[in-house]
Amino acid sequence: MALPSYTETRYRIWHYVYLAICSFVFFFLIAPLFVIFPLSFNAEEFLVFSEGMKNLDPDAFSLRWYKDMVYGTKNPWGLAAKNSFIIAIFATIGSIILGTLAALGLSSRHMPYKGIIMATLISPMIVPLIISGVAIFFFMAKVGLAATHTGIVFAHIILGTPFVVITVTATLSGFDHSVTRAAASLGSNPVNTFMKITLPLILPGVISGGLFAFVTSFDEVVVVLFLAGLENTTIPIQMWTGLREQLSPTILAVATCLILLSTLILVTAELLRRRSERLRGINR
Amino acid sequence: MSSETKQILTTDGIPLEVSLKKAEKKNKIKAFLLVAPLLLFLIITYIFPIGEMFTRSIDDKMITNMLPKTFKEMESWDGQELPPEEVFSAFYYDYKALVEKQEHGKLGQRLNKEKNGFNSTTKRLFRNIKRKKIDESISIKEQIIKVHPNWNKVEYWQAIKRTAPPYTLAKYLKGMDMYYAPDGSIVQVDEDRRIHRILWLRTLEIAFFVTLFCFLMGYPIAHLLATLPMKYSNLLMICVLLPFWTSLLVRTASWMILLQQQGVVNDFFVMIGLVADDNRPEMMYNKVGTYVAMTQILLPFMVLPLYSVMKTISPSLMRAGKSLGGTPFVAFWKVYFPLTIPGIGAGCLLVFILAIGYYITPALVGGASGTLISNQIAFHMKQTLDWSFASAMGLMLLTGVLVIYWIYNKLVGVDNIKLG
Repeated sequence: MALPSYTETRYRIWHYVYLAICSFVFFFLIAPLFVIFPLSFNAEEFLVFSEGMKNLDPDAFSLRWYKDMVYGTKNPWGLAAKNSFIIAIFATIGSIILGTLAALGLSSRHMPYKGIIMATLISPMIVPLIISGVAIFFFMAKVGLAATHTGIVFAHIILGTPFVVITVTATLSGFDHSVTRAAASLGSNPVNTFMKITLPLILPGVISGGLFAFVTSFDEVVVVLFLAGLENTTIPIQMWTGLREQLSPTILAVATCLILLSTLILVTAELLRRRSERLRGINR
Repeated sequence: MSSETKQILTTDGIPLEVSLKKAEKKNKIKAFLLVAPLLLFLIITYIFPIGEMFTRSIDDKMITNMLPKTFKEMESWDGQELPPEEVFSAFYYDYKALVEKQEHGKLGQRLNKEKNGFNSTTKRLFRNIKRKKIDESISIKEQIIKVHPNWNKVEYWQAIKRTAPPYTLAKYLKGMDMYYAPDGSIVQVDEDRRIHRILWLRTLEIAFFVTLFCFLMGYPIAHLLATLPMKYSNLLMICVLLPFWTSLLVRTASWMILLQQQGVVNDFFVMIGLVADDNRPEMMYNKVGTYVAMTQILLPFMVLPLYSVMKTISPSLMRAGKSLGGTPFVAFWKVYFPLTIPGIGAGCLLVFILAIGYYITPALVGGASGTLISNQIAFHMKQTLDWSFASAMGLMLLTGVLVIYWIYNKLVGVDNIKLG
């Protein structure tokens, strides 16, 4: 964004002001995440930068909170991580299956009542989580699934499917339906056509929807707070309790791991998005 | 087509029109069957339970079921003076049945909400029944009145009568700091006890300002991202996407560290001499904390829709505006800005809807003056266990959100939500 040489001084000044504002906003967005890294290596128990850390004294840094996270006797992080992954994986699979099927139906031009059905399907995304939490809790309590893994998985499928529906419908909007007709005319049955032709083409959309569903489940705390018993504790629940009671550096160690995980997910999602855009570009 | 034209037939001899309709119908069913599993799943586990919240919020059957005989007798009572003997005796037998089932305590508590003093009044009656002091062969009315003078007051009987309908809007009124007066009219609670109205207003205020801040901060960077060359903008996009993908609790935790009194932000203020070291301002557990943290957390939801709209605006439009004699500001205001309005609408409404139902961040950094209506709902769900009140407030909030969603749909269209 180099300025042309004829720019007047006041626009030149404005341009630098604008860049300064943008830098500030980017800093505001990203900087808070980076406070966590150094503090999680703090050798002391306080959540402030000690004098030693400011002077980059090696003794001021340690891995004790990471050790505490993994080996700490009282720490429930192991159980929480296990639960979180199990719940998120099953919720993602459920969301992908239900969401992709629904998106296929919704993308058909024969679909009746498209508007209202779409609105219903993505409503869990619009309704405030606290209300979803209350409603889902009432249901799960009634059918006896409260405080079970199954109940939480179902709840997360509810919250995760809208993302799959949206991303897969978006992918399907650029989908050339003549390829499925070609497959059918060559004697392929619908299931085979879907597996061999449609699915590979919409896969980026499916996976990125699945990533959303995974993150939603992995990060979800409001609904789980209503549903979970002691046995079903998840990482967000543990963080929530920890943040409410006492902010220990162990939480920061966990948070650092979570940031690394989200970086990984971000990279995957970005690669998928680019691939999907490339594929759609070819189709057009 | 006139009726004389010969109908076109398929090879099977069926008129083409019929055959096409059949195929169309088959396709419709096929499409619907694909959607059906998710639709059914959501209706059973999600839509119905939200409906159940409604019945729960207006449900007042507890007393109706506890005092069936009394309410039957009360139908013929005009409610002006003390009820006749039949009502007293019906109440006595209903109450006796409750004592046997050990449910009399619930009735006392519930009636006490309707009229203060009921708890002790019913307890006295309970003790008399327990000791079998009431002689059922003579007038029960006189004996009950002797048990406690309140039974001789018509207001207490009116209070019982008010609880007769199986449905009530009392919880909704309570959510708006109003209640039913003894004569059945709707009155407001005392001014110093209007906590819910403060919460609603605060929720709206915080949602509004967070949306505004997000817009003011999101617009410039979305513009920068959309106009920079790809290789730089992709790099900067990470600054938006990494927080977007990072756990909400992680981001809230980092704000708790930053904003605490010995935290980095305060350190910085002390360093540049803005505040004195011994007079560090409290930035957490109040509104400031809620504003700052929520703005940062919701900012990506503003930037992404704005970016996706701005990306489609051709830069030559601005050049055309300038070449036609507009200054850069005029060109921006008259050409570029109007084109971004769909993105602004999408971003603002998305952030507003999310902010209005926010729970976790206000609960952690909000303190007492930064909590929102969602926190109150959670409080009643988990602490007071007044689930019908929580349901009523939840539905009031939901109505608000649905209205906004409806506007959103009219303005932007639900299909235009873009993610990442």
